[in-house]
Amino acid sequence: MKRILASVASILCLSAAGPALALNICIEGAYPPFSELADDGTLVGFDVDIANALCDEMNVECEMVKVDWDGIIPALLEKKCDAIVASMSITPDRAQVISFTDKYYNTPARLVAAKGTDLVDSPEGLAGKRLGVQRGTVHQPFAEAHYPDADIVLYGSQDEANLDLIAGRLDAVMADSVVLSLGFLETPQGADYAFFGEPHLDPAIHGEGVGIGVRKEDNDLREQLNGAIAAIRESGVYDDISGKYFDFDIYGE
Amino acid sequence: MRCRSPMRVDLILANWTLFAAGVWMTLQLTLLALLIGFCIALPAGLARARRQRFWSPLLQGYVYLFRGTPLLVQTYLIYYGLSQFAFVRESWAWLVLRDPWWCALIAFSLNSGAYATEIIRGAVETTPKGEAEAAMALGLSPRQRDFLVLIPSALRRALPQYGNEVVFMLHGSAVASVITLQDILGVGRTLNARFYLAYEGILTAALLYMAITFVLVGLFRMLERRYLRHMRPRSA
Repeated sequence: MKRILASVASILCLSAAGPALALNICIEGAYPPFSELADDGTLVGFDVDIANALCDEMNVECEMVKVDWDGIIPALLEKKCDAIVASMSITPDRAQVISFTDKYYNTPARLVAAKGTDLVDSPEGLAGKRLGVQRGTVHQPFAEAHYPDADIVLYGSQDEANLDLIAGRLDAVMADSVVLSLGFLETPQGADYAFFGEPHLDPAIHGEGVGIGVRKEDNDLREQLNGAIAAIRESGVYDDISGKYFDFDIYGE
Repeated sequence: MRCRSPMRVDLILANWTLFAAGVWMTLQLTLLALLIGFCIALPAGLARARRQRFWSPLLQGYVYLFRGTPLLVQTYLIYYGLSQFAFVRESWAWLVLRDPWWCALIAFSLNSGAYATEIIRGAVETTPKGEAEAAMALGLSPRQRDFLVLIPSALRRALPQYGNEVVFMLHGSAVASVITLQDILGVGRTLNARFYLAYEGILTAALLYMAITFVLVGLFRMLERRYLRHMRPRSA
């Protein structure tokens, strides 16, 4: 009887995976320059390169799994992947559900609107304005807390929010400053748009940087990843990857 | 082994106002789209059944286009596709197309219209010849024959199929959530994203869709019992 119960429990919890010989890594793939789909359909970007470097460092086979952002934590919990390398900020809310490694980079959030906008980065300045953010990112609670009177519009991906900014359905978008600058402002589409207001880093909402998410029970994996992050920082591999994408220090303080 | 925490019913209940607004949005879009779709389908279905020289091929193209592509693609093209063109954004149409609600309503109405056109065409084409002959024998004008005999008769026989279309439209309306609308599924996805849940939001959405479907199916069963009474086996 006990055995039946145990097997039922293991089915319900989708548990009991064997020792991790290979790792599946959840990647978003719609968040340039951190992750995007190349023309040939493969995943490329900073997150992908970092994930590969960490796997080389730990000497494990890794497979990248493309998962939509708003399903990425469930995918980890349901063991569709073993780690999330998807520019995920380490926040107290998320830390209740999953564990995080140390940060692997940290950049502030900013607002973007049409060049020469008269919008002001303040609760009053954005009152009644349509502000686009990606659903389930730190920017959603940040916008809700700091611009309570703005009309906050939620998107499945940042690309869609940018499209609607261009179309004029939004007055402004808020996202990670690097994503906005390299993924939008410096592309031909973003030529008529610019940052306004200040860079925002609210530790209570934005957390202490971007980390790798793992399941709470996988503490060994978390420690291995921490070791690997420290090792690629030390060996210069991190700087090589970072130099491929950015001309500034993305790791932060 | 560590199991995931049980379902967060508390979060679902704490956000019931969001779900109520989502139900309202879904019902609005579905019922209006069905109404507009029906207004398209009635004349279009008749024209198709009668193979009118000018309209019939045109309508055939419309039906083929909207039945040949997924509703998701149609909605996406109307919302994100049209907005890519500067001339669309500078035209009067932008007053309507800039609003995701109107984009969804347009896509859903055209889609439902295409399916309902085929349903009505089929029902009109299978009208027993005798009904038209009887109308003629009674001396009804062609217009009276259409509106008093053929259309009511065709609509009665279309009821079961149209009931299906209504349920499909309700479920298809979940597509609204991909163009930022907070319909039932949109609220469910937002709840999931906000609290990092795996399935609570989606499960609640599923239950709400089921409840609405239950009511709609009951309604159509009632209508069928009333208007298709003559088709039922006679009870001894």
